[in-house]
Amino acid sequence: MTEQRRMRRLEPAAIAGVMSREAANFRTYWKGTTFSSVLEPIVYLLAFGLGLSATLVDEVNGVPYIQFVGTGMVATAVIFSSALPAMFGTFVKHRFQNTYDAILAAPVDVEELVSAEMLWIGIRSGTYGCIPLVVTIAFGLDPAPGMLLVPLFCFVTALGFAGFGVAMAATVAKIDQFNYVTALFVTPLFLVAGTFFPIDGLPKGVQVAAQLNPLHQLVELVRGGAFGFEAVDLLRFAFLAGFALLTWRIAVHQMHKRLID
Amino acid sequence: MAAIELRGVVKRFGPITAVDGLDLEVPEGICLGLLGPNGAGKSTTMRLLTAQAIADAGTLRVLGHELPADSKAARAQMGVVPQLDNLDVDVTVEENLAIFARLYRVPDVGAAVDAALDLSRLRGRRHAAVDQLSGGMRRRLLLARGLVHEPRLVLLDEPTVGLDPQIRTELWTLIGELKARGTTILMSTHYIEEAERLADEVAVMHRGRIISRGHPVELITEHAGRQTAEVYGPPDRLAEVRAEAESRGLPVRPAGPAIAIVGSERGGDSTIPEDAVLRAASLEDVFVLLTGEEAE
Repeated sequence: MTEQRRMRRLEPAAIAGVMSREAANFRTYWKGTTFSSVLEPIVYLLAFGLGLSATLVDEVNGVPYIQFVGTGMVATAVIFSSALPAMFGTFVKHRFQNTYDAILAAPVDVEELVSAEMLWIGIRSGTYGCIPLVVTIAFGLDPAPGMLLVPLFCFVTALGFAGFGVAMAATVAKIDQFNYVTALFVTPLFLVAGTFFPIDGLPKGVQVAAQLNPLHQLVELVRGGAFGFEAVDLLRFAFLAGFALLTWRIAVHQMHKRLID
Repeated sequence: MAAIELRGVVKRFGPITAVDGLDLEVPEGICLGLLGPNGAGKSTTMRLLTAQAIADAGTLRVLGHELPADSKAARAQMGVVPQLDNLDVDVTVEENLAIFARLYRVPDVGAAVDAALDLSRLRGRRHAAVDQLSGGMRRRLLLARGLVHEPRLVLLDEPTVGLDPQIRTELWTLIGELKARGTTILMSTHYIEEAERLADEVAVMHRGRIISRGHPVELITEHAGRQTAEVYGPPDRLAEVRAEAESRGLPVRPAGPAIAIVGSERGGDSTIPEDAVLRAASLEDVFVLLTGEEAE
């Protein structure tokens, strides 16, 4: 019998319990996810890196184009392994599988549930985000000590996009409304992140807007890790942490509205 | 201390008042059947008890904890078996139980899982994925999941809705075992037979409040008397019989193709047609008389 005791906010045991559920499910589908996460950057690097550098671009700011794209691909891997799983996963668990009803009947609050979902995606995406970097190293990029920070950069960015995805899942009425979210947010953020071309060639207004794109900040941090950090990178990291904090609170708020009558 | 104490609880959804001034007290150690037609407010009441719905008015105490403020502590000692199957279908039986043992902070997860497997008679299927289980096994697992932390109070929300009779009987056996252990149970149902068999007390819920409560036998005696006469025949004749019975103050209710004259022993020989089928008054008679809805 469980003993009488007061329960605190954000209990590690509740968060760990929810994450253990994600981990148990992940064991059933990790092979497919990992396969595509490894294959995708290889295909991109072959198509863009080799294809473009053979014909149009040789290097960007003194960096061989294939290494430029490869380091930028980290951000692509992060957004697609965080925002999309958070959106679809949350929606499916809430609406189709009624998973959250079961979890919230246990001593778990919405805040703990959302935090656990975000942390799990953060860890997963932080890991998968490193794959393009490893692939690029295989394509000739020199390893650098700064790269050891890349998992942390990916983790924090993924937390932010996980929060974004959870908040969106709690906001849309139907699953096909994710098309709007993808077209309005995910694709533009992914394209104007400086992954495939440097943003300093873009019009001034777009350049300023790109500074607000967390994915762009991640791209810059990863390149900092590979080719040398600058002082401004601290600000970039702070921006990503702020983004994660903001989407966390929004996600908790939206999920509370959705899950508690 | 009562396991559940609700006073004047109101819950509205826009223009609809699902729970309307509900008073409900469930003493420790009993199985209370919350019997009511669809839409009576039973499921909303269940959600209020886990703070998945927040009341607009009234006070709620569960196992001594005020809701919603202290609901997490209450939920730690409470097991919930939902109406809808929300098991994790891709993972194994064992993992489904282990995940919830962790969510309930059970110290020895392995032992808790073993006990739950024994209780649900699923030990042999512990490594099977949930989507490989039969409907009856899934239901047993759902029940076992809600009991994995040996809760003091169990909420069963329509535990056998939509199941075939054999699976229903299986579950009734398991719920009976739970009762025998002294666990407090609040069970919502719209199946009369389920309430009759399992509940120590029945509370009839209608339009968001309790309209009658007592031991099934007491409720029958109070509202339906001893005997019910069912009369079959063409509609014209049934209308005549009905008018005659009602003129003598006997309640009459529809019973499928027949009409049922409730408390027919009070009517005298001339009121009850000779071809009427006499049977003991039942909880179903009470239910239909009180709620005006046909029971299942």
